[in-house]
Amino acid sequence: MQTRRDFLKVSAGGLLLAGGIRGADPASAADSLGPAALPSGTLQSAQLASLPGKLPLIKKSFRPPNFETPVHFFNEAFTPNDAFFVRYHLADIPQVGVQNWKLAVAGDALDKPVEITYEELSRDFEQVEVAAVCMCSGNRRGLSQPHVPGVQWGHGAIGNARWRGARLRDVLAKAGVRKDAVEIVFDGADRGVLDKTPDFVKSIPAWKAMDENTLVALAMNGEKLPHWNGFPARIVVPGWTATYWVKHLTSIGATAKPYQGFWMNPAYRIPKGKFPIVDRFVSQETEANMPITEMVVNSLVTNVEEGQKFAFGQEITLAGVAWDGGFGIATVEVSEDGGRNWRSAQLGSDLGRFSWRQWSHRFTPARAGSHTLTAKATNRAGATQTFDLIFNPAGYHNNVVQRINIEVA
Amino acid sequence: MRTILALLLFAAVPALAQESQLRLRDGPGRQLVEANCVMCHSLDYIPMNSPFLDRKGWEASVNKMIKVMGAPIAEADAQKIADYLAGQYGK
Repeated sequence: MQTRRDFLKVSAGGLLLAGGIRGADPASAADSLGPAALPSGTLQSAQLASLPGKLPLIKKSFRPPNFETPVHFFNEAFTPNDAFFVRYHLADIPQVGVQNWKLAVAGDALDKPVEITYEELSRDFEQVEVAAVCMCSGNRRGLSQPHVPGVQWGHGAIGNARWRGARLRDVLAKAGVRKDAVEIVFDGADRGVLDKTPDFVKSIPAWKAMDENTLVALAMNGEKLPHWNGFPARIVVPGWTATYWVKHLTSIGATAKPYQGFWMNPAYRIPKGKFPIVDRFVSQETEANMPITEMVVNSLVTNVEEGQKFAFGQEITLAGVAWDGGFGIATVEVSEDGGRNWRSAQLGSDLGRFSWRQWSHRFTPARAGSHTLTAKATNRAGATQTFDLIFNPAGYHNNVVQRINIEVA
Repeated sequence: MRTILALLLFAAVPALAQESQLRLRDGPGRQLVEANCVMCHSLDYIPMNSPFLDRKGWEASVNKMIKVMGAPIAEADAQKIADYLAGQYGK
């Protein structure tokens, strides 16, 4: 199927753009900035804008920069680096050069603190590659009902990439990490403008840090990390939300005590018992809540948009992606009638259990008129998407099945 | 190709400079809001988070900026800022 997004577009500035950046038509420009369910102020203040080295993305805030990826880019298995979303909490973001960059590995739960240069990290440690979804915890926050404060993300604070670098456990072994390490703590070069602003420091449990898939990544999709995605090195925690994927990495700490800091608690918390979460971060749990850990199973339609019109008799291909926290996707089911009947979608190549899985479904509507299309993914652990939002104050884990209305005439 | 396009687009619309084009709605307290909030973040955070917070919600956001993020804003100014936000960008 050819949608209007597939055609080359000429932007307002006269440049020819591949991949469907809309310019002239105000109505289509508006809907490309996010779903109508976002707050009206969010849609009004959004615009397409380019950070240096990036294609035009959906600007949510200029400073710190928060830019989401337009959904049509997710028709590719891997999200291009120059279209990958950008998310920062703090506005002092230095350009880090590799010449003077050193990664400090220290802490009370290791024996041999070391400093590792960029060259050593890329030369002295086995380089491994993992395909993994990187998704902001707050992806789809803007769709929460009621709305909750924060960056009002639509569907695009997510991307899939091939991450390459050293295994975190090899780096920790080099520093003589001990068995009494409870958490591994990460700090990056970005920080607040004010000294009093809590620095963005995150920790993960030692068991997750020692997982063979957890990386100190230097490259993304075969290229060095873009500045806005963490150059020169970032932590990659496959399966877990991107809050732990610390960018512009400067230090790794091993500690025998739970790390205490604003960005661990009270930030990035989910209520206990509300979500079908498997991975536990016990050292950070409280009576009422726990840190967010792995992504819940979810899916996204990437090639058909709300209100799209199709000719009667025309075959429609509905396509998208599905992902979870690392079990892998087992099935994606599609409904052409708002959820009454379901059919199995065809799954694309398995690119690894942390990657998203492309899927598609072809059908020809039997009647003209309105049709509500939905898609629902199930992972290999049997978890599936919800039909009703599980509300939580930070707007995390929104995996409500999408409902897309199309017109056949 | 992509890189060249990105460079051209950057030359045409430098995103970080575009911040200076942001304008808040006129109303009592606007200058106070602009003077204080831009210390740490661009003003688009305000319309982005609208219109769904009531006076209490905006007050909580202002208090978070002061108590958690360390914004040096006097109590009297914080009240005026919350009034402006609730009045212009409240539900």
